[in-house]
Amino acid sequence: MPLLKNGRIVGDAWQEIGDDAPLPSDGAIVVSLARFKAEPDRLAGRDGALGVRLRNTDDARALADHVGRLGLIVLEFPKYTDGRAYSQARILREELGYAGELRAAGNVLLDQLAFMQRCGIDAFDMARPDAELAWRKALGAFDAFYQPAGDGRATVFEQRQRRLFEQRAEATWSGTAG
Amino acid sequence: MYKYDHFDQEFVDRRVTQFRDQVRRRLAGELSEDEFKPLRLHNGLYLQLHAYMLRVAIPYGTLSAAQMRALAHVARRYDRGYGHFTTRQNIQFNWIRLEEAPDALADLARVQMHAVQTSGNCIRNVTADQWAGVAPDEIEDPRIWCEIVRQWSSLHPEFTFLPRKFKIAITGSPNDRAAVRVHDIGLRMHRNAAGEVGFEVIVGGGLGRTPMIGKTIAEFLPKQDLLSYLEAVMRVYNLAGRRDNLYKARIKILVHEIGADEMRRRVEAEWENLRDGRLRLEPAVVADIESRFARPVYAGQPADSAEVAALKFRDKAFGRWMQANVVPHREPGYAIVNVSLKPEGEPPGDASAAQMDALADLADAHSLGEIRVSHAQNLVLPHVKLVDLPSVFRRLQEIGLAADNIGQIGDIIACPGLDFCALANARSIPVAQRISRHFADADLGHEIGDLQIKVSGCINACGHHHVGHIGILGVDKHGEEFYQITLGGSVESDASIGTIVGPAVSSADVVGAIDNIVRTYLDARQGEERFLDTVRRLGTTPFKERLYAAA
Repeated sequence: MPLLKNGRIVGDAWQEIGDDAPLPSDGAIVVSLARFKAEPDRLAGRDGALGVRLRNTDDARALADHVGRLGLIVLEFPKYTDGRAYSQARILREELGYAGELRAAGNVLLDQLAFMQRCGIDAFDMARPDAELAWRKALGAFDAFYQPAGDGRATVFEQRQRRLFEQRAEATWSGTAG
Repeated sequence: MYKYDHFDQEFVDRRVTQFRDQVRRRLAGELSEDEFKPLRLHNGLYLQLHAYMLRVAIPYGTLSAAQMRALAHVARRYDRGYGHFTTRQNIQFNWIRLEEAPDALADLARVQMHAVQTSGNCIRNVTADQWAGVAPDEIEDPRIWCEIVRQWSSLHPEFTFLPRKFKIAITGSPNDRAAVRVHDIGLRMHRNAAGEVGFEVIVGGGLGRTPMIGKTIAEFLPKQDLLSYLEAVMRVYNLAGRRDNLYKARIKILVHEIGADEMRRRVEAEWENLRDGRLRLEPAVVADIESRFARPVYAGQPADSAEVAALKFRDKAFGRWMQANVVPHREPGYAIVNVSLKPEGEPPGDASAAQMDALADLADAHSLGEIRVSHAQNLVLPHVKLVDLPSVFRRLQEIGLAADNIGQIGDIIACPGLDFCALANARSIPVAQRISRHFADADLGHEIGDLQIKVSGCINACGHHHVGHIGILGVDKHGEEFYQITLGGSVESDASIGTIVGPAVSSADVVGAIDNIVRTYLDARQGEERFLDTVRRLGTTPFKERLYAAA
């Protein structure tokens, strides 16, 4: 199924493997957290990239020691009103330093893309033709945000602090020059 | 009051542009109502029984005269000429047309106002003591911290789809006028042994179906850690709060189920990851926000006015108004004037566009251009010179806002009830109107003294009936409106939940029942004892016996 990744509709190379299905010998696969914990050696011994699908009741910190070898983590949004995975995303990105693809699956609304992007989600199970336009709109809607999140932007508070610092430096410099 | 910098202004302007596009897509059929609903809710737009209702944020209840005029303009231009001030220091307009909502918000953005997060399952408008900055007992002005929390919570990407709505209140005084013990998070500023000011953090209070008094999970939180600590609380709640049952989704249920100690443990564990991060508040940034609160400049005034003191005795109406509505100010020669939005027999909290304009003019002339909204649905002129009190009183009389009943039996809090609200089981406003008229006719308000009646039209408790000295809850009995009465609730520092006095009474009997309860109090009180203290001393039994004796 196609998905929206970094603002473009792209093909999906990842294959979801059910908990009872046999493991393919190669290719990029995604397994549940339960299977990931149950079969660490078999999964590590395969050829091909590995991803994990977290339910939104799973503890994201269970992946603390493994984020370096994961190429994909899928987060679930069973209903758009269920926002648990936003917290999971920030824990994965900001606390555990996960750098691979972080994908939102489920009931993902176009108007939620900006919130998800700010939490560090960069791919969305979403095949709508208007998704690319929605992405550009969502990301362009605001220039600055008040709170730090997984998107790495400087917050309004930080921008104010920098401005205050520059003003002070300038005042000091003028003082010396005068 | 706080003045936006260019970041703040850009933010609300862009929010209007974004919402205008969303409304356009809805009207063009590109968005279904289901898809549109979360978007309009995050912009304060509800679909009510008869029309859209727009709830505009009045952060921590502080308004400039210009902002009040903008509210009057919205009432006149987009509504039916009036607005309704709420128990969360906001204002609601009940007759808004969807296609005009973006224009109304654009007009409000011009005076630095918005409706962001006034509904939806997100962090709502942060409320504070309506006398912040002017109360003589205040340790520190809580509004600087409210503003910091407002900014941090605005479009917070992690906490916009919480299990349920989330309300934060801050008080800077030992005498709590912000009801911090019945909020999802209540923050009480106080001094530690070293003399530093910080926050007591109280979580899991609330009213609604399951009223609870909040639990303290941090005795003293240093100021610099406020946002990181709040973020930790929110994350624990977002991940662990119940989502299986709408009525068990507030943080109070989580705190109740796992206990305050476990809540504290989880929050502190989460906080370890956050406290020294980017949310740490730098003193320079706090000082910058503080500097945007234009401080009132007082003209040196004599501490007393012999003329006003004499007038209190000469003019009985003025004297009664002074006694009930005017309280001391921290600045000598000034007073805080509480303006009752509960004139006898009128819907509590309503103000017409003409009244709003007149109040804005009064504020410009006599209150350094500032107005406050209280959670009791009244307004405040926070900086009035003592010598100006007679002319302020006369002007309030002319515009129908001189009711001298602040904190008295006529000062009733009521939710919109079945007249407006899709959730209600019974009407609230007409009950409040009948009670207020009854006691005004009997001229009993001043004799009874401090007595807060709170009326809710359903179990969701928007009228805060649980914490009324007398609480009235509308219930539906086989299609007929009945009212359950509770006694002994309080929302202040001694917060308590009221006790049900007995079987619910019919709509026809409710005023008689309240009269009966008040008579029991008047007969039983000792000296100057308040109603609440009499109930606490005697329990509900004597009230119950007399109330149901006739039945």
